[in-house]
Amino acid sequence: MINQLSLNEYQKGLADEKLLGIHCKKCNQFSFHSSVVCKHCGSTELETKNFEAAGTIKTYTVIRVASDGFEAPFVVALVKTDSRIHVMGNLDIDPDSVGMELIGKRVSISSKKVNPDPYAKEVTHTLKFVLE
Amino acid sequence: MREVAIAGVSMTDFGVSENTCVEMFCEAGIDALNKSKIEPKNIEALFVGNCLGDFEEGQSHIASHIHAALGLPMDSPAMRYENACATATIAVRQAALMVGAGVYDVVLAGGTERVAAMDTPLATRTFAMASNAGYSAPTGITFPGVFAMAAHMYADKYGIEIEELQKYMANVSVKNHYHASMNPKAQFQKEITVDKVLNSVMVADPLHFLDCCPFSDGASAVVIGTKQKVMEMTDKPVYIIGTGQAAGGPIINNPDMTRIKTREASVAQAYKEAGVKPSDIDLCELHDCFTIAEILAIECLGFYEFGKGYDAAQKGETRLGSKKTVINPSGGLKAKGHPIGATGAAQVTEIVEQLRGESGKRQVEGAKTGLVDTLGGEFGTVCNLILRSE
Repeated sequence: MINQLSLNEYQKGLADEKLLGIHCKKCNQFSFHSSVVCKHCGSTELETKNFEAAGTIKTYTVIRVASDGFEAPFVVALVKTDSRIHVMGNLDIDPDSVGMELIGKRVSISSKKVNPDPYAKEVTHTLKFVLE
Repeated sequence: MREVAIAGVSMTDFGVSENTCVEMFCEAGIDALNKSKIEPKNIEALFVGNCLGDFEEGQSHIASHIHAALGLPMDSPAMRYENACATATIAVRQAALMVGAGVYDVVLAGGTERVAAMDTPLATRTFAMASNAGYSAPTGITFPGVFAMAAHMYADKYGIEIEELQKYMANVSVKNHYHASMNPKAQFQKEITVDKVLNSVMVADPLHFLDCCPFSDGASAVVIGTKQKVMEMTDKPVYIIGTGQAAGGPIINNPDMTRIKTREASVAQAYKEAGVKPSDIDLCELHDCFTIAEILAIECLGFYEFGKGYDAAQKGETRLGSKKTVINPSGGLKAKGHPIGATGAAQVTEIVEQLRGESGKRQVEGAKTGLVDTLGGEFGTVCNLILRSE
């Protein structure tokens, strides 16, 4: 039986402040939604599980020229969670106050609504990071 | 596999075009055929790269329309390829593999793109579509943003002050503009300075506007055939001696952004097949969509150790006239321009002309072996080709 965490289920989870990932019963590592195999060991013995809502910033940027549907400036960061899965999201901070010292800082992880696609009917959520 | 070679190559001027994607491809295509002394009726298949024609001109299914406009025979099939910015390289590689496998003896491959037909909000939105729509796009990440995050990670990992890395990156832009100043097909045929880069507006920290390649229109096409066929078309055949391609999904699948694992996997295949090593490569056209991208590429391709490539442009080692591998003698994506669906074929065109000694003022003296490197998406596709003149 293949356990596939769909994008829809992942998004519904974010709306309820739940951070869902695909957890491998064999190697104990996380993969992201829509994968049908563990990206670390290839196993299909997967379950949907919450990953830790905290982690460490690995890198970041301040977007100053934004795509349709977003208002610049804002910070995008790559975070390694305490569950060892990497996630991308927005750091909730004044974009003009940040620098390289962000890398290595601890953050808590929650979610927020965004509207990246003006043609989409469904509400989309992304991850929100707050410095601890 | 049979030996595969390239006959005629061609590209349009890169910049802003009033011609359609079909018309631009035909301009390059018919020129490549004429240079190969072959008529359209003798082309056995057409391999077209095109990313965004659906949005640019409301034109999908473009390969069939190019086929008709070029007057190719009805029993020659026409295919469209799309792999983000690596699109045309994949079209060329697929064409070469089909010829090598014995399916066809002589084919036409290349790419075409007309980004300037879109207004800026539509262009930004369609470019962002190459990142993972469900996971990456909702963060508001842009492609400058992806490479900006890689630059910050690079500076942190190797202990380089970010202001210093910005100067090193600016030197990549200065070098590529210098090369493009000698390229009559380039979008920007003028030199710039480090100060000008550092004083241009910030697009995504730490990347300035002049660290970024432009939106461009253009097309490029190449005639590919068996060694025997190509010997009949030109006295300067250029052989495709090795190819590679790899796939990797979104950034979160490959979180060490200083190591583009797809590139390392792809180029390893190409080096192995060709039986050459990085030090055998005289010149390389690589994917400098942003200045940091060139620094990451010269390390992943094996020209520099990891963490040691950042000052190569500043020291002049990658510049025309250097004894080391010359990087992006055409001016690269940064200054020659980057019509995304055509870029790979234009890289092939530059390498082929260089290996034939036809590059005029920007000729790399004595060049015999060249490498093409093209990357697509958030590092999710890389394709490499190794070309040799003998």
